[in-house]
Amino acid sequence: MNNKMLKNYAINLAVVILIFTGLMGMMATGMLNKYHQGIIIFILINVILASSLNLVTGFLGQLTLGHAGFMAVGAYASALFSVALKGQMPNLLLLIISLIIGGIAASIVGIVIGIPALRLRGDYLAIITLGFGEVIRVVINNIKITGGAQGLTGIPRIASFQSAFWIAALVILVLYRLTHSKQGRAILSIREDEVAAEAVGVRTTYYKVLGFAIAAGFAGVGGGLYAHYIAFLDPNTFGFMRSVEILVIVVLGGMGSLTGTIVAATVLTILPEALRGFSDFRMLLYSFMLIVMMLFRPQGLFGTGEFSWQTLYDRTKLVHSALRKREKRGGIDGSTGSK
Amino acid sequence: MVLFLQQMINGLSVGSIYALIALGYTMVYGIIRLINFAHGEIMMVGAYIAFILAVNTSLPFILILLISMVLSAVIGVLVERVAYKPLRKAPRISVLITAIGVSFFLQNLALVIFKADPKIMPELIEKKPIAIGPLQVGTVTVTTLALSIVFMIALDLFVKRTKPGKAMRAVSEDKDAAVLMGIHVNKTISLTFAIGSALGALGGVLYGITYTQVFPTLGVLPGLKAFIAAVLGGIGLIPGAVLGGFVIGMIETITKAYLSSQWSDAIVFGLLIIVLIVKPTGILGKNEKEKV
Repeated sequence: MNNKMLKNYAINLAVVILIFTGLMGMMATGMLNKYHQGIIIFILINVILASSLNLVTGFLGQLTLGHAGFMAVGAYASALFSVALKGQMPNLLLLIISLIIGGIAASIVGIVIGIPALRLRGDYLAIITLGFGEVIRVVINNIKITGGAQGLTGIPRIASFQSAFWIAALVILVLYRLTHSKQGRAILSIREDEVAAEAVGVRTTYYKVLGFAIAAGFAGVGGGLYAHYIAFLDPNTFGFMRSVEILVIVVLGGMGSLTGTIVAATVLTILPEALRGFSDFRMLLYSFMLIVMMLFRPQGLFGTGEFSWQTLYDRTKLVHSALRKREKRGGIDGSTGSK
Repeated sequence: MVLFLQQMINGLSVGSIYALIALGYTMVYGIIRLINFAHGEIMMVGAYIAFILAVNTSLPFILILLISMVLSAVIGVLVERVAYKPLRKAPRISVLITAIGVSFFLQNLALVIFKADPKIMPELIEKKPIAIGPLQVGTVTVTTLALSIVFMIALDLFVKRTKPGKAMRAVSEDKDAAVLMGIHVNKTISLTFAIGSALGALGGVLYGITYTQVFPTLGVLPGLKAFIAAVLGGIGLIPGAVLGGFVIGMIETITKAYLSSQWSDAIVFGLLIIVLIVKPTGILGKNEKEKV
């Protein structure tokens, strides 16, 4: 790790801590009430879900429509664990262990589904993952241990803003490191050209299943956080529409851009809440805005690029030096400066 | 045995509705490679138009059906022009997201106009059982089946025997070559959306009559199943959609009657998964060679 990268990490860590303390301060002073706090936790959960899907759809280039299925597996696995061991250990420890269990369970399901499904490409992969997602939902709906269609109750409400924030930050950090590693480059090469990647010796099946399993695991963690915040699970909330909502965040943010995902998750979680004043017209406006955003920015808000302070700094420096040059040549109006 | 045959006929009737909707999916996919998620909502719009006409006017059934089909076709073309056409050169996934946006939009529009509670669809077809030997078959079932088959034959003749039909086949085969041959691609795509939406509306009206109610999310589940039907038969292929529709309808009815109604969805999706793993291009699809 060179100096420049270290500096970047330090800046980002400082910004994350600043945001965290800022939000904590606003909650302590009552500027953000319980309702706002709930929205922020949902944003964080959506960030985890969407950034994990971005690994598969954005970085690996595989369109999947069953992400809610993994979320459901993680939510139920972690909730069943914490229901069983409720009160026997400190809350934070219980939360962490149950989230890990949720993540591992979702990851295993991801591998089991991924091995046959990832042989398919493009739209067919989208359809088969849609099928698997729905099968998971129907199974949860009909077996006894999950509480079936009545839902699962009695889950301890132990997820808080603090835990959600740091878990989301950790997920983003892991995904960022992964996509900028040797494995990450192999994953990107599959997106760019699978046949060429295979020809130069990238083990495409291995990396596809690996990416899929990691994404499923993080979706499971997101599901676990959801379970421990809502404290009640209804299998029908993990249907096809939930998968679509997550995909919309990924595409709007920009496929292959983690920062884009964070921005889009924030916008798309706040938007329906901000439109509450329009009551019945709320979702109508939401869908209208979704169409308009896609029409004007088909590649997503950030495209495949990441936002970074360094590039922002470089760009402003570039603008400054350009302006200075023009000044030297005489006048900022550009009458002589432009070629 | 009699019961089994009765179930088979029900399955055919449900299957014909799925087949009608699946045709819209498959035609659009064939021509612009888009999974048109808004298609289920066009079906719902068709059902609501028929509902309004049936409640407020005393037009005969067939006229109500035709008006609903024409209006839905107009809406389908409008959706294509506004939401899909500007993105023809954008990444395909962006178009998929606008399709999802349109689907949300139409659903919520219906929710605002008609509210969430289901409306009772008037009896457009007089309900009485017809006896065929020992079998008792409802008039609704017979009409559904008959209308579907008539329109499927009409579509087949249109695609195979007329010039616009030929243009449609040409565009779905190779868009660039079709342009060079002097085919107006945009008009052909609009025509495809019009026909697909009209057939979807027909499916919607028949669905509304069969289940006697209309509601804003009416199109979601049959839309999803019809889509599966299209994939099962081989997406992009018109005979495939019809075959897939009937297969899904039969399997769903039989599993509901003899196995379990809760698990029937899982069985349908499980079947889809198996078909996709064994033969990803669907029952009637040809395997395409992968090119570098």
